[in-house]
Amino acid sequence: MQRDITSGAAITFDGVGKSYPKTGGGSVTALEGISFEVPAGSITGIIGRSGAGKSTLLRMVNGLEQPTAGTITVAGRDVGRARGAALREIRREVGMIFQHFNLLSSRTVEDNVALPMEIAGIPAAKIRPRVRDLIARVGLEQLAGRYPAELSGGQKQRVGIARALATDPKVLLSDEATSALDPETTRTVLRLLADINRDLGLTILLITHEMAVVRDIASHVAVIEGGRIVEQGLTYDVFTAPQHPTTRSFLAGVTGVTLPRFIADRLQTDRPAGPAREVIRITFLGDNATDPLLARMSATLGLDVNILAGAIEEIGPRPFGNLLVSIDAARAAEARAYLESHQQRTEVLGYVL
Amino acid sequence: MSSNLINLLISATWQTLYMVFLSTLIGALIGLPIGVFLACSRRGELLSAPAVNKVLGIVVNATRSIPFIILVVAIIPFTRLIAGTSIGTTAAIVPLTIAAVPFIARLIENAIREVDAGLIEAARSMGATPLQIIRKVLIPEALPGITLGLTLAVVSLIGYSAMVGAVGGEGLGDLGIRYGYQRFMPDVMAVVVVILIVLVQLVQTIGEWIARRVDKRAPGNRGA
Repeated sequence: MQRDITSGAAITFDGVGKSYPKTGGGSVTALEGISFEVPAGSITGIIGRSGAGKSTLLRMVNGLEQPTAGTITVAGRDVGRARGAALREIRREVGMIFQHFNLLSSRTVEDNVALPMEIAGIPAAKIRPRVRDLIARVGLEQLAGRYPAELSGGQKQRVGIARALATDPKVLLSDEATSALDPETTRTVLRLLADINRDLGLTILLITHEMAVVRDIASHVAVIEGGRIVEQGLTYDVFTAPQHPTTRSFLAGVTGVTLPRFIADRLQTDRPAGPAREVIRITFLGDNATDPLLARMSATLGLDVNILAGAIEEIGPRPFGNLLVSIDAARAAEARAYLESHQQRTEVLGYVL
Repeated sequence: MSSNLINLLISATWQTLYMVFLSTLIGALIGLPIGVFLACSRRGELLSAPAVNKVLGIVVNATRSIPFIILVVAIIPFTRLIAGTSIGTTAAIVPLTIAAVPFIARLIENAIREVDAGLIEAARSMGATPLQIIRKVLIPEALPGITLGLTLAVVSLIGYSAMVGAVGGEGLGDLGIRYGYQRFMPDVMAVVVVILIVLVQLVQTIGEWIARRVDKRAPGNRGA
């Protein structure tokens, strides 16, 4: 019941590892040395490719899988060592939603939402009004008596969310909850999750392979690769200053700043002798992201700036821009200095003739 | 055909229905838990008990490999113990039930194995006990398959019931053999066959209708 007040963490992973015995001896390591905290009230995203171990990590939080090393603490309790009734007790405080919704086809919307409460042994008289509230919260009042087969994907996931909230959990786990949905439906489901996080103060831990999901709702992010966490922090920091190659490759997809093909093919890492242009990535941060800084620099320094690609993004409420430009290599250092002096980050990607 | 024969046909039909209905009912009552257990007790499953699963599987297979007519005769002492007699329609229910149990258990096992593993995981994530998962998830979700399985069992038992004449079980099959075959009355044989065909058609139609009613997996199929 009690939250871990000292650390402010809803979930704590401490040196968590998971390995499976292989047939014929030896073992396969799925996760290794995972240590991080999910702050209470946060929406934390774990992003990784399929097979990176994120699903295993998530499923350890409610004891669907047991760690082979380390401890996982949820709401102050050690999940990894809990068994039987104690484990079931923890699970009632941890809701979960799934990529393929996992609704019972034999039950109507309202009976699906009622299921966790039936399982918890709540009397029927108390279940009915609560089911109505939950269905209203996810906006499905008109569909309460329908069966899942009659619903769209987005509606099914709303039922999944209502069901996950039924036992009033402290933590909501989201297992690729929007991966089977189209982009528009994804946005509405993410908005619902963000609303729930805000209104109920519910901690949400989600796994995804889509950086856009993290960008849209996660305040914190951890990047997982090969069973290890390679980068973690505030989403804004990780997005604006990615350190690890895996993070960068994930970001390339959402920040709209992959180099155009015709440039990428000609890009050289070393500056060639003679006239050349330097290709620079400029990251605009915070309030300056919307300033016409590039135009000003061009005028001040009398420089030609060739824009190759770019986008302005929002991470939560904070804008940030990403721009790829090319500048005469002879004067590029001057330009970078100007930008740095205006609190922008620059990164030299290479040179083209 | 004399009114005497017609009466015989009517009572034989009832005897067949009586034997088949009761042996299906008892067979389902015993076969359901066995089928559920078989479906959930392999290594790592809900009721993980691989050794028991294996032994039970062998027993089920062994029972199913015994030809029914041999089973009927072989278990006569057991039948006498249960039914008080080894002769007659009621006594015939014992071997019919024993043949039905492993058959129904396998059908139910198959139906339950068809249930999406994601649903079990969802129920576990809610803190459900294995028994709750079986009662609230597996059986309701497998109900369309279970219904079709039981329909198949009834049809098979109608066939089996024709053999219990060997121990005085009576019923349609027995009538067909004694009158149609042994007394050279092809018209009786023909009528028996027609009644059996109609019975099987009826059972199949009703079974499929019920299965459709309980199946909510296809859109626009809301049942009652």
